[in-house]
Amino acid sequence: MRHRSTRAASIFCRRSSGAAIILPLLLTLLLSACNGPSGAASSQPVTLNVFAAASLQAAFTDIGDAFHTAHPNVTVTFNFGGSDALATQINQGAPADVFASANIKQMNVAVQGGQITSSSVQTFAHNRLVVIYPKNNPAHIATLQDLAKTGVHLVLAAQAVPVGQYALDFLTKASADPSFGASYKDAVLKNVVSYEADVKSVLTKVALGEADAGIVYITDAKTKADSVTTIDIPDALNSIAVYPIAPVKGSQRADVAQQFISAVLSAQGQATLAKYGFVAGSSGPQYTPPAGA
Amino acid sequence: MPHPPEELTLTPQPEHTFPPLSGAERATPRHSAPPASPPRASVWQSRRWWRQFLLVLASLPMLLFILLPLLALLLRVTPAELLDNLLNPMAAQAIQLSISTTLTTLVITIIGGTPLAYLLARRRFRGHTLLDTLIDLPIVLPPAVAGIALLVAFGRRGLLGSWLDIFGIHLAFTPIAVVLAQTFVAAPFYIKSASVAFAGVDRELEQSAALDGAGPLAIFRYITVPLTLPALFGGAVMTWARALGEFGATIIFAGNFPGRTQTMPLAIYLGFELDLQVALALALVLLVLSFGILFIVKGLLHQRVEAIRVS
Repeated sequence: MRHRSTRAASIFCRRSSGAAIILPLLLTLLLSACNGPSGAASSQPVTLNVFAAASLQAAFTDIGDAFHTAHPNVTVTFNFGGSDALATQINQGAPADVFASANIKQMNVAVQGGQITSSSVQTFAHNRLVVIYPKNNPAHIATLQDLAKTGVHLVLAAQAVPVGQYALDFLTKASADPSFGASYKDAVLKNVVSYEADVKSVLTKVALGEADAGIVYITDAKTKADSVTTIDIPDALNSIAVYPIAPVKGSQRADVAQQFISAVLSAQGQATLAKYGFVAGSSGPQYTPPAGA
Repeated sequence: MPHPPEELTLTPQPEHTFPPLSGAERATPRHSAPPASPPRASVWQSRRWWRQFLLVLASLPMLLFILLPLLALLLRVTPAELLDNLLNPMAAQAIQLSISTTLTTLVITIIGGTPLAYLLARRRFRGHTLLDTLIDLPIVLPPAVAGIALLVAFGRRGLLGSWLDIFGIHLAFTPIAVVLAQTFVAAPFYIKSASVAFAGVDRELEQSAALDGAGPLAIFRYITVPLTLPALFGGAVMTWARALGEFGATIIFAGNFPGRTQTMPLAIYLGFELDLQVALALALVLLVLSFGILFIVKGLLHQRVEAIRVS
């Protein structure tokens, strides 16, 4: 599931031809696993493993389909998850060819892990936060200030997930704003009933009506427009999420990985991202490499 | 004489200790000495050695496959790191919550599951097989399905949850939700084990107690329970172990809040994202805890079975 098997299998293929004789079945499995990475010529079937933030699921699936149409020999396989989990997987040697993160921090985790060259990283999209609540609005939320009312069941993403950190940043900035008051952050955090593992879980809990409100990306809110209502967070308080993309160093299909990144940055790719609520990568803040890299 | 249990399983079948009285003599000794015919003994010995060797060789891949990840986990964390990470409040809270919720689950399962197991074992009724299969279902369901099912049942807009909501009772995101998730996925282990054990009790023993004037509760307390105790115990331990490892249903139904719904498996999953060292330390604690308790229980069960055999 996490795409770790291929690399492990290729190690096996080099070393353990003797051991594999014991079980013919195992041998068959290993051989079939070895076929994949070796044949990377342009006309032969190629599988490209793209590790992408959960919030990119809908947009990247579309871009992947378009890419497959343009390059019929390339099958794009996605591993969508929290950017932090993806960065850890890549650093632990998961066979990723492309990493698309929902923030700079997790991209830099992979850069500092030696898996990505910082000069190859490009910003391809921006995202922004919104507050969502279920259509029937059980907690009667009308303004951002209402999140601090007692008894509101608020769901956030865990701090380890970019959107969770951005939500905390918003609360900190709002507390410095006189129209919210200094106690705003603490009052809102008291209402948190769950720190979910990723942004899609926050969205689902609110869409199901289990929680009274949540903070997600505008792109996620758009996918459930029929069950959630959004409250915009003004630019001054909002954290503009920078989405960087880069090829992973160990990739055996570096050329195809670069083609995929170009497709994401192309006018067509940017239009697809815009359709799902993303802001173009060229405008706004850009990727910054980690200090000292 | 009852034949000795060759290898004690966690949920011993009752016939291990109490074979049907009318049962044919099936007890063929499995580890008996080779037939004593001196000239052929050495050939037999070498064949036996060869067979042992092949058996060990064939067992090795699976054994290594199971041991290697556990060993890797063990080697990855130094004792100092372990101690340091366990003092982390997130880890301490998770351990505390895991222990309190799993023990609650265990108590609920024993109180609620015992009558159900008895019903399944002793009464034949229309839909018996259906009920039996339904109880097995949570064992095979992916925990995520269990979580979603609990959400649509007990969630705020759920079948029962929407009624509870009228009275201001919210189960989701509370430790109660954690217990519900654990009970849903783990109780069937106890119920199955208890039901098989109850069905295996020799009815004549119960009937003779009844002839001596014992009431149904006294029979259950002094005849049925003592006879089935190893199986009840084994089932309870399986339920406890499954509850301790519960993740999917919990994160979907109960959410994740440190000290309230973040059990050890959730802390490990989120720790993996936040800090691999904390996750490794917690994983190790879970591993040692599970192993220790399963090991002790197996030892106790073994003693108990031995005691019954001797008496």
